[in-house]
Amino acid sequence: MSLAIADRISSARPWPNLLRWPRLSRARWLSPVLLLALWELGSRLGVIPERVLAAPSTVAETFWALTVSGELPANLLVSLARAAAGLSIALVVAVTLGLAAGLSRLGETAIDPLMQIKRTIPSLALTPLFIVWFGIGETPKIVLIAVATTFPIYLNLFAGVRGIDVRLVEAARSFGLSGWSLVREVILPGALPSFFVGLRYALGVSVLVLVVAEQINAQAGLGHLINNARDFMRTDIIVVCLLVYALLGLGADALVRTLERRALAWRPSLVEQ
Amino acid sequence: MVQPRIRSRAFDAVSPAPATAPVAPAVKLTGFVRQFGANRVIDGLDLSIAPGEFVALLGASGSGKTTLLRTLAGLDPVGDQDVTTPSTRAVVFQDARLLPWKKVWRNVALGLKDKGVRARAEAALKEVGLGHRLDAWPSTLSGGEAQRTALARALVREPGLLLLDEPFAALDALTRLKMHDLVLNLWNEHRPAVLLVTHDVDEAISLADRVLVLNKGRIAAEEKITLERPRAPDTRFQAIRRRLLGHLGVEAPAPHEAALVAFPTGEAVQ
Repeated sequence: MSLAIADRISSARPWPNLLRWPRLSRARWLSPVLLLALWELGSRLGVIPERVLAAPSTVAETFWALTVSGELPANLLVSLARAAAGLSIALVVAVTLGLAAGLSRLGETAIDPLMQIKRTIPSLALTPLFIVWFGIGETPKIVLIAVATTFPIYLNLFAGVRGIDVRLVEAARSFGLSGWSLVREVILPGALPSFFVGLRYALGVSVLVLVVAEQINAQAGLGHLINNARDFMRTDIIVVCLLVYALLGLGADALVRTLERRALAWRPSLVEQ
Repeated sequence: MVQPRIRSRAFDAVSPAPATAPVAPAVKLTGFVRQFGANRVIDGLDLSIAPGEFVALLGASGSGKTTLLRTLAGLDPVGDQDVTTPSTRAVVFQDARLLPWKKVWRNVALGLKDKGVRARAEAALKEVGLGHRLDAWPSTLSGGEAQRTALARALVREPGLLLLDEPFAALDALTRLKMHDLVLNLWNEHRPAVLLVTHDVDEAISLADRVLVLNKGRIAAEEKITLERPRAPDTRFQAIRRRLLGHLGVEAPAPHEAALVAFPTGEAVQ
């Protein structure tokens, strides 16, 4: 019996043939879709209770309902505003410090040790201190995002400025550029690719910190939505918010990519677009 | 950024021109010394270049060629030594050193502030035969095109002194020949004083009015070239070549051997 089956498998091979089908073997979407299907099946059969994890179909319905009611867009906007405020502060601070440290020995001596010390303290560990200092309103949330995103921008800009081809700087100097015009025409554009690496990293960090910061008694925002859902055991709303966080991360990355494509058009691309 | 203190001709009206020279020289260094630690790279060098004169500077590696060029370009501090150069100088480096984030015409216009910059850059690029690459990115240029752009960038400033730092060394032999012609034409047109730093003896002889040999930070030999341009590798050319190679410490080939050498050889004297 077992021999006969083995024979049939080796001669007919229905499964390997299906997997060898070239389009199916490269279908990266297949496993996530299978997982979703299993999840949905588990929920419908009662294997996964609603209070543990809502079914994908329920999540989709909730997503739609929250969007139509305006609850999700309104809270999303509050979260985005927090991230934007924190990032803006970080940009101003990090670019100022990065340029000061990158352009002068004195600046490096004064600023870089402080930034390196700051780097060794996990930003999220500052949360309790910020709550003591700034209370539980908007300020600690924005400050937390600003503090956490300053370092990646600073570090990459500093490295970018220091990594400029000195031969280009020398050529520009021989053509009479100096001071601010040298910074504007040569040093800033040369440091821009590194700056974008830092910015992309900072955007990712800002979403991460947003999640934690919004656990601090938020009256609005995605974190507020999640906290409420937790209190009412609405796992569907929690999953919707998780999805939105993921989309925020993707959106941030797409934003920087677009900026890079415009600002760095001069770069010969290693991989054809 | 340390700005070198170089006395520019424009602000130099007080000091009298040397009585012996009929025309005030464009470049004048007297007993110039440049020292890095205990190492005297330039050691009491006297140099004078007349306006519109084409001077080639030969020398082995480490003879101080680059240091001298950087001094004249205003890239190195000169202290309180007496260095006279024209107020407008421009350098063409061995690598074109174009800013990759600026389009070709903006590279040519680098640092120019007055109006009509684009038109001037355009004219300069047309002069070097690159009128069709105005809006190209530097990374898309060939080596020869990049070097011609660098030439246009130098000439658009109408420099009183054009400094060429081995500008043809990285080019292939054919492109190098074309660049020689181009540089001679541009020099005839604009008449800047030129200092060409090169390793290539043939290049120096076929281009320059005067060839200097730099050794241990001093001018070790000088050769005036009075041959008609364009210069063919005839016997007079070969004689100059032998003498210069001798100054550079290279054994000169016998005349019949030299005649076999195709012109230009592009031979590098290391």
